[in-house]
Amino acid sequence: MPFTLKINGVSRSVDVDGDMPLLWVLRDELDLKGSKYGCGTGLCGACTVHLDGMPVRACMTPVSAVGNTSITTIEGIAADPVGRRVQAAWVKLDVPQCGYCQAGQIMAATALLRRVPHPTDADIDSAMSGNLCRCASYTRIRAAIKQAAQAKEAQL
Amino acid sequence: MISPPGFSRRGFLTVSALTGGGLMLLASIPAEAGAADGVLNAFVRIGADGFVTIQSKNPEVGQGIKTMLPMVIAEELDIDWAHVRVEQAPLDEAAFGRQFAGGSQSTPMNYTPLRRVGAAGRQMLVMAAAAKWNVPVGECRTAAGVVYHDKSRRSLGYGALASLAARVPPPALDKVVLKDPATFRIIGQRIGGVDNPKIVTGQKLFGIDVTLPGMLHAVFVKCPVFGGKVVAANVEAIRKMPGIHDAFVVRGRPGGLQALADGVAIVAKSWWVANRARQALHVEWDEGWAADHSTDGFAAEAERLGRAEPQTWLRRDGDPTGVMQGAAKVVEAPYAYPFIAHLALEPQNCTAHYRDGRVELWAPTQLPGPGRALVAKTLDIPADNVTVHMTRIGGGFGRRLCNDFMAEAAWIARQVGAPVKLLWTREDDVRHDFYRPAGFHHFKAGLDDKGGLVAFTDHFVSFSLDGKVADSAMMELSEFPAALVPNLAYGQSLIPFRVPTGPLRAPRSNALGFAFQSFIDELAHEAGRDPVEFRLALLGEPRTIESGGALRSFNTERMAAVLRKVAEVSGWAKRGSLPERTGMGVAFYFSHYGYFAEVVRVSVATSGDVKLDHVWAVGDVGNQIVNPSGAEQQVQGAVLDGIAAGLGQGITIERGRVRDRNFDTQRLMRMSQVPPVDVHFLTTPHPPTGLGEPALPPVLPALCNAIFAATGKRVRSLPVDPALLRA
Repeated sequence: MPFTLKINGVSRSVDVDGDMPLLWVLRDELDLKGSKYGCGTGLCGACTVHLDGMPVRACMTPVSAVGNTSITTIEGIAADPVGRRVQAAWVKLDVPQCGYCQAGQIMAATALLRRVPHPTDADIDSAMSGNLCRCASYTRIRAAIKQAAQAKEAQL
Repeated sequence: MISPPGFSRRGFLTVSALTGGGLMLLASIPAEAGAADGVLNAFVRIGADGFVTIQSKNPEVGQGIKTMLPMVIAEELDIDWAHVRVEQAPLDEAAFGRQFAGGSQSTPMNYTPLRRVGAAGRQMLVMAAAAKWNVPVGECRTAAGVVYHDKSRRSLGYGALASLAARVPPPALDKVVLKDPATFRIIGQRIGGVDNPKIVTGQKLFGIDVTLPGMLHAVFVKCPVFGGKVVAANVEAIRKMPGIHDAFVVRGRPGGLQALADGVAIVAKSWWVANRARQALHVEWDEGWAADHSTDGFAAEAERLGRAEPQTWLRRDGDPTGVMQGAAKVVEAPYAYPFIAHLALEPQNCTAHYRDGRVELWAPTQLPGPGRALVAKTLDIPADNVTVHMTRIGGGFGRRLCNDFMAEAAWIARQVGAPVKLLWTREDDVRHDFYRPAGFHHFKAGLDDKGGLVAFTDHFVSFSLDGKVADSAMMELSEFPAALVPNLAYGQSLIPFRVPTGPLRAPRSNALGFAFQSFIDELAHEAGRDPVEFRLALLGEPRTIESGGALRSFNTERMAAVLRKVAEVSGWAKRGSLPERTGMGVAFYFSHYGYFAEVVRVSVATSGDVKLDHVWAVGDVGNQIVNPSGAEQQVQGAVLDGIAAGLGQGITIERGRVRDRNFDTQRLMRMSQVPPVDVHFLTTPHPPTGLGEPALPPVLPALCNAIFAATGKRVRSLPVDPALLRA
């Protein structure tokens, strides 16, 4: 089935089964490898992307359910000033260990900061607890979210 | 940066491993090294623009090695870190020495040799400048990528000297002069991971991200029972499904547990299509003798064996039985821990391309050299016909020391005749791991009337495979408190099985630490003594307990120092004022040459739920922390890894099958559970050693000892069961 998707501001066409999860459309059909496969069942958050700014699990989202919503992936998050601040904070605080989960973490953190510009620890706990980091870089993820919340555009 | 035409690393200069991890320059640099770049040795290439490209020799698995080893070279080369570019080295152990990620070995094996590599490069640059200026080498100095001759007020950047320096005969590495550590400008600085900019923008880095033109995708379905074989499969029907390229039965190859296993490969244009076809796959399996395995059965057998005399004695000092008969108090306790899986977030995968008797692989492997050998053996081709590219690795924790997925990818790619990426599902990963083996300990100890430990025995029930102790299921004779208690015996009994086991972060220690340091804590309480003071007394006078080499030997003074320090920073002395159902626990452990003592503070709800309040970790890994940012990450990560395993992991086997599938029953730590983890290092006059592992073993017993302090209930079996901790 043909689908036209709006991904990172660009219109992309694919011809796949409607029940193919968005994650595999991104990774294997469109060669956008930033979103990661970790569990396939929505338990780890490594595949997190935004649909109209809301974080969703791409491994559990059939491509047929995406419709006209605007898809943002880690490859396009720098177009969002909040996303850029989050990326900069991640680099500045040296958050990644293996780095595999970090695309999903950054997508979840950016969605949080767009909704709650100055999150409390409880806000961070509830927004980020669906994203596993096997290396347990959580202490720095928390610190980087706070840093991104405080950073100004000019500091990038 | 572009390499000179005809660039051949071996042709310029090779650095070869000597036993003990030393490096030696083997060949000089031929004249054609001219051009714009200067290749100073296998690790260092200097561009005319002054940027230096440094090869990072070992696989990056999240331990930070791709940043840390180049820092060591850059320091002695005397350049600015901002002018360094890091590349993942190819697999070439003749040029780079042993290339692997495991055992916290990268630092102890490479720190001094790579300092020498950098210093040799600096010396070649100085010699090139001195020759150009016709001045004595001794009158030249370097700073931040520039050679200076102060007398004549001349200077030249490394870029301008690069091609000249590449023609200088390389010095003998054992003769080069190293920097005074007091002058370090890179080593000891907090430096971020070199791949971070790519990670945060989602660029291709990991094995799973590899894409080749014309590449197909594969899944490989193995018997749910370990060692099972294919009798029949409906592969013809699978081949006819839309989008399927091929489906075929693979016959296993002889060899150990990593050898190619029986299974069915399904190959398609997209991975999701290949994996979806599994729903229609029907395989008749010959399940073999492991079909009667169960974790409950193992536990029952362990209890039976534990009551009898050990099958073998590993160590017998003095007369523990006789001394216990006369002891003021005898304490007995059984301890048990489960099989656990590695759960690296990037599932196992490998991309392979077979052409004309040669195969090229892109593999997230911690052991690329043995992976190459395994593939060569699997395909019956010479190892020289196997090329392995090391990708960044989405977590290893020891799982990727086993290269079964490489053998599978290579075999499938040859059969298909096209590039193939094999990717396991999470369920495949959980059900076909090389598990941390379960284990059972029956401890008994005697205390004298002053609360001193006078006799200690352990009957360790573990597992055997093919008549030998299973991988990572053994115990060292030197296990603490060996040699510190005069009457001590360690016995062992083995249950034969066919479960694949292997190393998991801090192998053996991650389990033994829990059992021994928890029981030691019981003894302290039975003796009516402070658990810190009891341990210090056990460590006794400062001395070294020899155990095969300086690094492996256990120094009681170093351990006592980290223990005292963790007591100080955690406020151990004031723990009496903690609220009800809040407690602090302490433990220490020596592994991978590192000394760690840790304190955990927990609050246990009346429901039995354990809340982590704080962790303090103090380590001694020698005289130099190379990258404090990475070092802190490793310690925090290891601590939280250990706690997560203790609270939420344990593999259940029924009818020879792993019942668990995913992160629902195998729980990793989540953001809302994470306590502050304070990290301190003591600096001691010993060579620097690694940090991937040694911070893990003490945290589990510290956690369980804290639970005891909070509730009065001993955790003698993992994972922690909150139902047993209810008020």
